[in-house]
Amino acid sequence: MTAPTPDKSAARIAAPALEMRGITKRYPGVVANDSIDLEVRPGEIHALLGENGAGKSTLMNVLYGLARPDEGQILLDGEVIDIEGPTDAIDRGISMVHQHFMLVPVLTVADNVLLGKEAMRGRLFLDQGEARRRIKELGERFGFELDPDAKVGDLSVGWQQRVEILKALYRDARILVLDEPTAVLTPQETVEIFTVLRRLAAEGHSIIFISHKLYEVLEIADHITVIRRGKVVGSRIPGETNEEDLAELMVGHEVQLTVDRGESHPAETMLRVQDLRVRSDRGGDIVNGVSFDVRAGEILGVAGVAGNGQDELVEAIMGLRQPSGGSITLDGSDVTHDRPRDLHEKQVAFVPADRHRFGLVLSFPLTDNVVLTDYYMEPYSRGVVRDEDAIAKRADEAIELYDVRTPSPTVTAGTLSGGNQQKLIVAREFDRDLKLLVLDQPTRGLDVGSIEFIHKQIIKKRDAGPAVLLVSAELDEVLEISDRIAVMYRGKVVAIVDGRTANKEAVGLLMATGGKGGSSASPPETAS
Amino acid sequence: MINRLLSRSLRGQLAVTGGAILLALVVGAIVMVLTSPIITGSLDPWLWSEAYLALLQGATGIAIAFDPFSIDFTGFNGVIDTLVRATPYILGGLAVGLGFKAGLFNIGAQGQFLMGALGAVVAAIALADAPTVIAVPLALVAGLLAGAAYGFVPGWLKAFTGAHEVVVTIMLNYVALQIISWAVSGPLRAAGATFARTSDVGAATLPILAGSSGHLLHSGVIIAFAAVPVVWWVLYRSTVGFEIHTVGANPDAARYAGMRPRRLIVLTMSASGLLAGLAGGIEILGVQHYLPAAYATTVGFDAITVALLGRANPWGILFGGLLLGALRAGAPLMQIKAGVPVQMIDILQGVILFFLAADLIVRWVFRIREAKAGSVDELKTVTGSYGGSSATKG
Repeated sequence: MTAPTPDKSAARIAAPALEMRGITKRYPGVVANDSIDLEVRPGEIHALLGENGAGKSTLMNVLYGLARPDEGQILLDGEVIDIEGPTDAIDRGISMVHQHFMLVPVLTVADNVLLGKEAMRGRLFLDQGEARRRIKELGERFGFELDPDAKVGDLSVGWQQRVEILKALYRDARILVLDEPTAVLTPQETVEIFTVLRRLAAEGHSIIFISHKLYEVLEIADHITVIRRGKVVGSRIPGETNEEDLAELMVGHEVQLTVDRGESHPAETMLRVQDLRVRSDRGGDIVNGVSFDVRAGEILGVAGVAGNGQDELVEAIMGLRQPSGGSITLDGSDVTHDRPRDLHEKQVAFVPADRHRFGLVLSFPLTDNVVLTDYYMEPYSRGVVRDEDAIAKRADEAIELYDVRTPSPTVTAGTLSGGNQQKLIVAREFDRDLKLLVLDQPTRGLDVGSIEFIHKQIIKKRDAGPAVLLVSAELDEVLEISDRIAVMYRGKVVAIVDGRTANKEAVGLLMATGGKGGSSASPPETAS
Repeated sequence: MINRLLSRSLRGQLAVTGGAILLALVVGAIVMVLTSPIITGSLDPWLWSEAYLALLQGATGIAIAFDPFSIDFTGFNGVIDTLVRATPYILGGLAVGLGFKAGLFNIGAQGQFLMGALGAVVAAIALADAPTVIAVPLALVAGLLAGAAYGFVPGWLKAFTGAHEVVVTIMLNYVALQIISWAVSGPLRAAGATFARTSDVGAATLPILAGSSGHLLHSGVIIAFAAVPVVWWVLYRSTVGFEIHTVGANPDAARYAGMRPRRLIVLTMSASGLLAGLAGGIEILGVQHYLPAAYATTVGFDAITVALLGRANPWGILFGGLLLGALRAGAPLMQIKAGVPVQMIDILQGVILFFLAADLIVRWVFRIREAKAGSVDELKTVTGSYGGSSATKG
């Protein structure tokens, strides 16, 4: 392992715009930041890479004035500064785009940008005209033109993010911190936002890009600082490193980025979906006549750009949404109109995409979450009487077996890291005899270590017999572990290809165009 | 389950509740001193101590005097008054608290209480000639069923049409008032009464356990105390309680887990109405003994304070009900001995509620640490009750 020596290449001779020296931040029981040094130059995109809980967010909270460091200094243009709070940070040109946007959906783009820094005419009146002019001007300069009068709630997530960036630019931000900006974006939107970021950097803005996605960091960053357990463990230039090297730095040991999917031994057809139609919340069939089979012992991956009907397809299969047409057959019997509990009792397990909304009750202890779908059955209850001991025993087993890192089974699920939350769900859903396992974005937002663990569990489960349906917006994930791949585009399955021989570019093209060879690569926001 | 996990934030909540009560007493004292010129003719900086000591004596029978210092026990009348006053508060508090657990804000306990009272009185009049052992239980059952039916309506509307329970129950409170007014002025009106009222409940009068004239301990008190562990058991030891908690904490996860949020909403609102209706029945059969056309009571609204004081936990509600009962029971003596009007109790209750809702103030005054994120908070059900919830989806 190379020592974290500062780089002296030609691109980095400019004086740093921002320097953080020996930042230490302790919380009861943990050192979140252990004398971290960070240098960001003008016009640089600096990636901060680390697993969940490594201390990236704490460091940025220190920079943004949300947390006071116990030790260390922050220098802006070589001058030691004391940041007392977010307002102070913004006044000094440091702005943050949070993962969860801080926008008012019912207000217009202009109103949102202005909020907190209103352009005034006199003391009483807003100067809307001036504000609009500046918004237009900034948009044109950085290559994204926003309608100042559009309601923010009507914009797609990708454009909302641009409103956040515009907000920062409107406040004359020179140092822009983006916290996992791509976590909520489609691949196409990611490409677009990268273009915006590069333009910002070219104009001399410094960008701190927080992420745990290796390939993204390699693509966008000029410089990469890797943090592990509150310490800087390495510093890299994209051209001189690769995903394996970064993953090892991040996790602290060698990581298998791709798991060995092994031979599959497909048996009889377990799940048959025929001509399925499902309405979206806005009306109109968003799943528009989908048919496929999944056999026992195989993984069928469903690839597609988010919003092409995958979520609704999964919800229909799992009984959370009524299909408007077609049929679903499980092991020869019709389950089209089954409720979630019927399916649970027919040995169907489901890992939902949104673990906070569906998968867990965050305010409940792990014990209750482990039996969330089984609580009414023996041995966890007899009649209507809960058996707390049996529930506690089951929780201990699940935590042990699936390596859920927690101080105790009685802490709330909300206190766990994302990876451990997902392991808890996996423990609950995998650890029984199954006919069908439905996985919707099973590794979304997880760090590489957790992804590896969950992928291995999926393969292991497949080999135990059930049919596995894997839906993911991460094409790499689908390509890595699927035996067959169905590509969804605008509510239809446009192709089913072999998972082992599939070519990433070809599948990507199918995802983007539906295979009609069109040149339009724009994502279908609403397939209606 | 949830008891165990809350141990730390529970302590914080207890501290906030205690702090809110203490601050309310301080505010009450300030109000008393400021208004003392009206009461005694001159500014009396010690009026509050006189008032609070009288309040304590009225509620518990414990008479404390300074100069010279003495503690006396003046008899059980105060204790009996407190228990009798607390009875509808405890049951009403359980009703509102149960709703909170499912993420429902049942402002309609007042209407359900009134319908319970009406149901009990109708049954009592019909059973006038029956023996007490039959009349009492049947009249109580009629009361609780009437309350349950009146809770079912907003529950069903919420579950199947999305109508918000806060709006519906507020309106149903007025409807209940009008129903009683009509029924008691018309078909139920007792012949020969000087004002519109029903005849006495007669055989269905709750048996008296102890006490003397004016301070009678009726047997409904036992029902209220017994309801506390029953509701606790259902909430924390049964699968139904787990489902109620889950729907309240995360309706989407409840649906995912195979529960039926709509059915649970109807069930919880009905059970909530049942408890409030039982409170109304007991109040009529045990204390009031007849139903006037203009039945002036605020028990159903006070129940919201009780539920919040108890943080929707049945044992906490028992405490909250006893506290409010004690304040009401002690108030008359406070008025007699210190000249402070009984309405002082309304001020205290209002200020307690204010500090519970604005718990940041209490935490700041007493340096209590913020509760951990992710803990269940009943107040969020109240403050967030205008935003609607997704519980009715699917």
